[in-house]
Amino acid sequence: MIALAFDLLLAASLLWAAFRALTTLDLFRAVVMFIVFGLLMALAWARLDAPDLALAEAAIGAGLAGALLFDSVGHLRARGRSRP
Amino acid sequence: MTRGTGRFRKMLVSVGCASLAGAAVFAVMALPEPAVRLAGPVEANMDRSGVTHPVTAVLLNFRGYDTLLEIAVLLLALLGVAAAGGSEKIGLRRLPSAPHAFLQSLTRLMAPLMVLAAGYLLWAGSHRPGGAFQAAAVLAAGIVLLFLAGLLPERLQSDRLLRVGMVAGFLVFLAVAAFPLAGGALLQYPVPLAGALILLIESGLTISLALILSGLFLRLPDEFEEEEE
Amino acid sequence: MTPGLLFALTGIALFSSGVAGLILQTHLLRKIIAFNVMGSGAFLVLVGLAQRSGEPDPVSQAMVLTGIVVSIAATALALALARRLLNLTGEMRFPAEGQDD
Repeated sequence: MIALAFDLLLAASLLWAAFRALTTLDLFRAVVMFIVFGLLMALAWARLDAPDLALAEAAIGAGLAGALLFDSVGHLRARGRSRP
Repeated sequence: MTRGTGRFRKMLVSVGCASLAGAAVFAVMALPEPAVRLAGPVEANMDRSGVTHPVTAVLLNFRGYDTLLEIAVLLLALLGVAAAGGSEKIGLRRLPSAPHAFLQSLTRLMAPLMVLAAGYLLWAGSHRPGGAFQAAAVLAAGIVLLFLAGLLPERLQSDRLLRVGMVAGFLVFLAVAAFPLAGGALLQYPVPLAGALILLIESGLTISLALILSGLFLRLPDEFEEEEE
Repeated sequence: MTPGLLFALTGIALFSSGVAGLILQTHLLRKIIAFNVMGSGAFLVLVGLAQRSGEPDPVSQAMVLTGIVVSIAATALALALARRLLNLTGEMRFPAEGQDD
């Protein structure tokens, strides 16, 4: 019962973080929400009895992808093109 | 192909995707119980695989061919990333500003721990969650952190090390995969050696993947060749 | 409702949101984010459906592990190409119809 409530909350947060990552006007915030989405995905993998996937998603999906995207946003800002 | 007016197009796409989702949800809810449960046969063959963790066994033994091809794909992706700059060498990007002192102290603390964690994850993959991919991810994160703090050792910055290291993991895997070719099929590890062979492959994979994954970030081109007119 | 089934349904919603984002957004960085959301949705469906009866399935987990690593490689390549486009045209968007570069 509690587990189902937690899963529903996690699923709702996943959908909300993804929606915000896709639609925020500010690119920087969109990338931040994408990293949040990645970390919530790691939690989802943990709930699905997939600890290997949780490790990989947290390190690669949230960490490395977030770093790459932040770097690109910074590159855009340096060129003065941070309009969405 | 002309685009419709903004609002109509948005609504059309949203409705389309929503109906796609609805159809898929309907299909999923109507699914019967799974006819094939692969966990059973995997469990039954575990003692012939050389490791005791099922995901590692599947990744490096039962479906080892997929992992072999995956390494090749990653290698190609890194070459593509480096080639997008138009230059002929795989260059390291410039550090944009002087690293903050706090970042440097933190990195000096964290980097050895990350290497240790990566080594542990590599070894632990045979009997608990872990393995080459997770270890490589942690190691790659450590390399990127070292670079951002300006502390990356000279040896890790050179191109030659990158080229050798990137290819070495793939070659080790290929060699181990082809080695049983004489006796049977590709990738058919002899059962008593399977555990040791898997550890050998995973070590090569960890180093290679760490260099490739960190390279995907560190070798992203900053400067681009001008186009010839 | 097992966690597998619930997350499979979430994955479907994520995938279709990703598709909508991929089509409707014009900025390449947002398209890349949408592509990653699509990928994560697909992975959730893959593992969730395999585990919809409750027991963990190592084969689909191994497949998705491969998928996560390959999708970061694709993201990095897409970002490198988007930067090249930025360098050539000054914007991270596809050139408008009818322009020849």
